Amino acid sequence: MRFDTYLKSLIIALALALVAGCSSTGGTQDGRMDGADGGATGQGATTGQTSGTRMGQGQTQGQGMQGQAQARIPDQRTIYFDYDKDTIRPEFESTLNAHAQYLRSHPDANVVLKGHGDERGTREYNLGLGERRAKSVERYLAVQGVSDSQMEIVSYGEERPAVDGHSEDAYAQNRRVVFDY
Amino acid sequence: MKRVPAVLVALLLLLFSSLASADLTIEITKGSDRAVPIAIVPFASQAQGNLPEDIAQIVNDDLARSGQFSPLSRSSLIASPSSSEEVNYRDWRAVDSNYLVVGQVSQEGNDYRIQFELMDVYGERRMLGEVVTVGRDQLRSAAHYISDQVFEAVTGIRGAFSTQIAYVTAQGAADSRRYGLHVADADGHNSQQILTSDEPILSPAWSPDGNKLAYVSFETGRPSIYIQNLANSQRVRATSFEGINGAPAWSPDGRKLAMSLSKDGQPEIYVMDIASRDFRRLTNNSAIDTEPDWSPDGDSLLFTSDRSGGPQLYRHDLSSGESKRITFTGNYNSRGRFSPVEETIFMIHRASDGYHVAKKDMETDRLTILTESRWDESPSVAPNGSMVIFATQEGNRGVLGVVSADGKASYRLPSAQGDVREPAWSPFMN
Repeated sequence: MRFDTYLKSLIIALALALVAGCSSTGGTQDGRMDGADGGATGQGATTGQTSGTRMGQGQTQGQGMQGQAQARIPDQRTIYFDYDKDTIRPEFESTLNAHAQYLRSHPDANVVLKGHGDERGTREYNLGLGERRAKSVERYLAVQGVSDSQMEIVSYGEERPAVDGHSEDAYAQNRRVVFDY
Repeated sequence: MKRVPAVLVALLLLLFSSLASADLTIEITKGSDRAVPIAIVPFASQAQGNLPEDIAQIVNDDLARSGQFSPLSRSSLIASPSSSEEVNYRDWRAVDSNYLVVGQVSQEGNDYRIQFELMDVYGERRMLGEVVTVGRDQLRSAAHYISDQVFEAVTGIRGAFSTQIAYVTAQGAADSRRYGLHVADADGHNSQQILTSDEPILSPAWSPDGNKLAYVSFETGRPSIYIQNLANSQRVRATSFEGINGAPAWSPDGRKLAMSLSKDGQPEIYVMDIASRDFRRLTNNSAIDTEPDWSPDGDSLLFTSDRSGGPQLYRHDLSSGESKRITFTGNYNSRGRFSPVEETIFMIHRASDGYHVAKKDMETDRLTILTESRWDESPSVAPNGSMVIFATQEGNRGVLGVVSADGKASYRLPSAQGDVREPAWSPFMN
């Protein structure tokens, strides 16, 4: 079982490396950005997007490990949000569950939840929106039994975009919460 | 008054090339059809060698930028008087100039003595005549002073050409960005970097005496509000609570700072007494409350709140403690700023084609969109209320834009490199 886990991690790591190597087409090492459209993105022709989807599957398999100790920090450390929303999209619940498991099994571990938004609208208001997203993640993790003392929130609003540009695709990649351990 | 056809010029005025390459340049994007023709004759010089600055050109550019004047091109100046005695008014009527500025510069030791006069061409009378003596490094300031005097004599409105702007620059790729906080003259010249950081800087705000800037910096990895003295660069960290420490705004008396803090759960408006560090909380609800701005009389604060579901502007009366919603047009109105001179509020308003600078007349309740650009942010009003500076996008670059309060004239202040954003117009400095 341990070897199995190691193997899966290795596969994920390889997929990550592959994605990172050709991420300019929009796939990032954090998986899919755009919820319902994710399937369509996965069918995209570029290697980066295909790999991104493969990685997603790796994590789906990872869900089978729920209830057991999460040995290492989950690889997917970014989740994405819809426009003007702070609700957790269903496809990211497994990611949050994995982080919750890790944090529960490592009470000494601390995470900073960094909330971000896209560039539209005014900066200080966007700081508020970024904070709302990070708090939404914090609440989810708290319900999963993670101690408040392990989590801290910093909102960057639109100040730290992951991707520059005014496209819907760029916006989708910028509306995110990043787990920073 | 003769009407000049609307000029839509994209004229890159290379004002001067200097060592200060971080300066912003000016691109006039829209001229007003109400602009008043004025002739500004190059100032005669009895100084040794060439003057380091072309004073008449600086005055020309200042007045043109305001949108209220349409200076005649130098090639259409038919005479070159340097004092009112040499003026033949008929010449200037022939070229349809309503006003005329003449002057001369002489040297007195290391100083320059600048004499200037303003004439009303149709009234055939001298409106202004003054002598200014300055050092070599103050020639630009002297020119802005002349612009201020001419502007006020003709329009009745105090000129704001001798003011400054603060702004933030961002350079480099998304993962290795450098941020800088700068102060420059209102025309983009004489820029000085007063802070650099690998972490975001935003929301600079001038103290009412023009001596300090409050701003938000993430330099510790968390947002904090700092107050920096511009003369000696000394600064203090005013707040570093858990969560958001944002949107500082000075009270008109300079004693208090309004801000948005999320230490109690979500962003709320607080007022901090700067001397005692006492805090007073003004709002209390589950919404985002941020972007406060004091009314010129200090009796109320404007702020953004999404308590209705989306961001709208509210006005908080400090004596009654009540907040009233004041914007109802559209579903996104934020970052309100009072005009210092009239019952007008400037804001960012979302229309179907993007985010614009808009103004709301508090008496008629009418909302007017002032800009055509689609990514506007951070409006800040000139101390005479005549212009609004804001951040916008040009291609994939952040630039500063300025629009007249009536929306008829506008210009851009792009940076030579990187993004420029978060402008704040200083108060009057003298």
